Amino acid sequence: MDNFLEISNVCKRFSNHVALDNVSMDIPRGKVFGLLGRNGAGKTTLIRIVNHITMADSGTVMFDGHPLCEQDVYNIGYLPEERGLYKKMKVGEQAIYLARLKGLSAIEAKKRLTEWFEKFDIMPWWNRKLEELSKGMQQKIQFIITILHRPQLLIFDEPFSGFDPENVELLKREMLKLRNQGSTILFSTHNMASVEEICDNIALINHSKVVLCGEVDDIKNRYKDNTYNLTIPSDAVLSDVEVISQEQKGQKLNLIVRKPAEETNSQFVSRLAGQVEILSFAERMPSMNEVFLRVVGNDEIR
Amino acid sequence: MNKIFIVIEREFMTRVRKKSFILLTILMPILFVGVITVPVLLSTMDNDEKFNVALIDHTGKYAPLLKDTGKIHFMPEKKFAEELRSEDSPYTAVIVISKDLSQDSLGATIYSRKEVPVEITRYFNSVVRDNIRNERMASYGIPDIDRIIAESDVRYEVRTVKWTDDGGEKMSDFKIAGLVGMLFTLLIYMFVLSYGSMVMQGVMEEKTNRIMEIMVSSVKPFQMMMGKIIGVALVGLFQFLIWGVLIAIGMVALSGVLSSDIDPSQAAAMAGGVQGVTIPDAQTPEFLQIIQGMNLLQISIMFVLYFIGGYLLYASFFAAIGASINEQADSSQFMMPIVILMIFALYAGMFSIENPDGPLALWCSYFPLTSPIVMMVRLPFSVPVWQLILSLVLLYATAILVIWLSAKIYRVGILMYGKKPSFKEMARWIRFK
Repeated sequence: MDNFLEISNVCKRFSNHVALDNVSMDIPRGKVFGLLGRNGAGKTTLIRIVNHITMADSGTVMFDGHPLCEQDVYNIGYLPEERGLYKKMKVGEQAIYLARLKGLSAIEAKKRLTEWFEKFDIMPWWNRKLEELSKGMQQKIQFIITILHRPQLLIFDEPFSGFDPENVELLKREMLKLRNQGSTILFSTHNMASVEEICDNIALINHSKVVLCGEVDDIKNRYKDNTYNLTIPSDAVLSDVEVISQEQKGQKLNLIVRKPAEETNSQFVSRLAGQVEILSFAERMPSMNEVFLRVVGNDEIR
Repeated sequence: MNKIFIVIEREFMTRVRKKSFILLTILMPILFVGVITVPVLLSTMDNDEKFNVALIDHTGKYAPLLKDTGKIHFMPEKKFAEELRSEDSPYTAVIVISKDLSQDSLGATIYSRKEVPVEITRYFNSVVRDNIRNERMASYGIPDIDRIIAESDVRYEVRTVKWTDDGGEKMSDFKIAGLVGMLFTLLIYMFVLSYGSMVMQGVMEEKTNRIMEIMVSSVKPFQMMMGKIIGVALVGLFQFLIWGVLIAIGMVALSGVLSSDIDPSQAAAMAGGVQGVTIPDAQTPEFLQIIQGMNLLQISIMFVLYFIGGYLLYASFFAAIGASINEQADSSQFMMPIVILMIFALYAGMFSIENPDGPLALWCSYFPLTSPIVMMVRLPFSVPVWQLILSLVLLYATAILVIWLSAKIYRVGILMYGKKPSFKEMARWIRFK
């Protein structure tokens, strides 16, 4: 697969703790890559290394096929978790200033900003001071500034924190649109629900180490535990099947059953079908949250 | 490199467009001209307030001497009555003289419901003083004593002339040179301190607002810091330029107005008095000649050079502090050593006026942390060129060193939150890779 960013054996040590311990991951081109982990796991340090803000003690970062260098920041859009803007400065002026620092000319910056401001319906705020805006509004502006110079790599650190659900949807839509236009998106979060919707790949960092890495579907397959949702008529009787839970709903009985590991799906279904009428049957896929807890939980016990 | 200019542009433009900047820039020269001219104008203006003063003179000796002046009207009263105390008494003050004042100086008192107007006390004192002096002089029995005393009361100021290299002679004056030096010293002190702390405020704003997080991915911290320092310096120089022009215009315009009804020596003396130094005999042509003798061009160039050097040095200190602290309240413990250094420099400068080539002045004008301030005092007294060069080289070398160190502290500190910094911590940041 074509990787946009290849991180190999990166270590970063601060004076009193290890932030990243031999971290390696490949971020495929044109995909949304989720970087998961608890607070303090090392996500932000990794992002800062990619952003050329801090240097790794050892290890390499390949950016679009070459070792990461300073010029690459022009091709990165970074929306940090802790973000702020100049409170006393006018919104439009401020956006132009930040865009110019990203290498756009003043004229080009103004043109693109106008487009985005109209799209997000915040054009009337152009000449207002930032401090007059609501938090959500400020975050929209920060989002626009991040993506304005059309970078190949977008890095969002906890992008949804502080947004209302409506704006989260807006943001997700725009992020997927950017991905479809060819941008690679690296996004860090501890909000597992958002991962399932928009991430193609994930890496899970815990205590400075990568503990899980891969495509979301693969990982779910790896962590499924052979349980199935089964619905049968309430008067039917099952025998020789491990039932984890059951719930009566009118004339129906909703069950969660476990399949023995040695049986295939077909064998299991035909065995069930021989006993009762099957109203519905579906494999239960673990949510990312369950995967997260299982991986991190194991780690904790070890 | 290009980015530094974008940062400088923002730092400059946002500050120059602020209302407070515009207001201060316009008001300061008006204030400055006002401080100099208002006392002069006031002293020439007649205050038409009049005072009625009741005079109860039990000795009968002083009543005839206390004549009505334009403002004070004396009314003799026989004895102290209670009505004089009351609210609606027609008198501003009551003077009671009970004994001969040449025998007992406590023999007279001025009573008043409010603060006794200074005109009344001053007039009364001078009349009594003259009277006592005349009586005592008469008691010596020396003929013509008035004339003898008047003749022996001499004030003398020697005329000092400096030889120039081209063999000419220039008027010089210790006090005027000191005054000019002091003015430049104060200017450098004020500018470095106020613009230095402006840098600190700006850095702190960026840190506490977490703007830095967004900025660092596109600008290097060093560019950020230098952009801010240079941008603020330009604001300072710009303001200085405006003030210079405005004050020059104001002075020219005012001297036109003033010279018509006030003699220039009075105005100059007033101006000198404001600075705490009196100008001895400032007949305008001679005064100007002395100022011209000081080589203003050299002083101005040196002023700018020392301002830039001193500002760079101190502003980078301030930038490092701003980057290290998390809130305003923490700033004082780091500001203190720097402010104490600057105040020390200011005092060293003031004492150097007495002896501009003495050891204190000499060493403080080499030491980079004090040289920008102290050298200003020495400049009008002509400093050897090699001393100037040595001092400037030391200043700029130290400034570059401090900028380099501050950049390291800045880079780490600006993204470090929550931890209360200490000098030890900052020293560790310098060693960070």
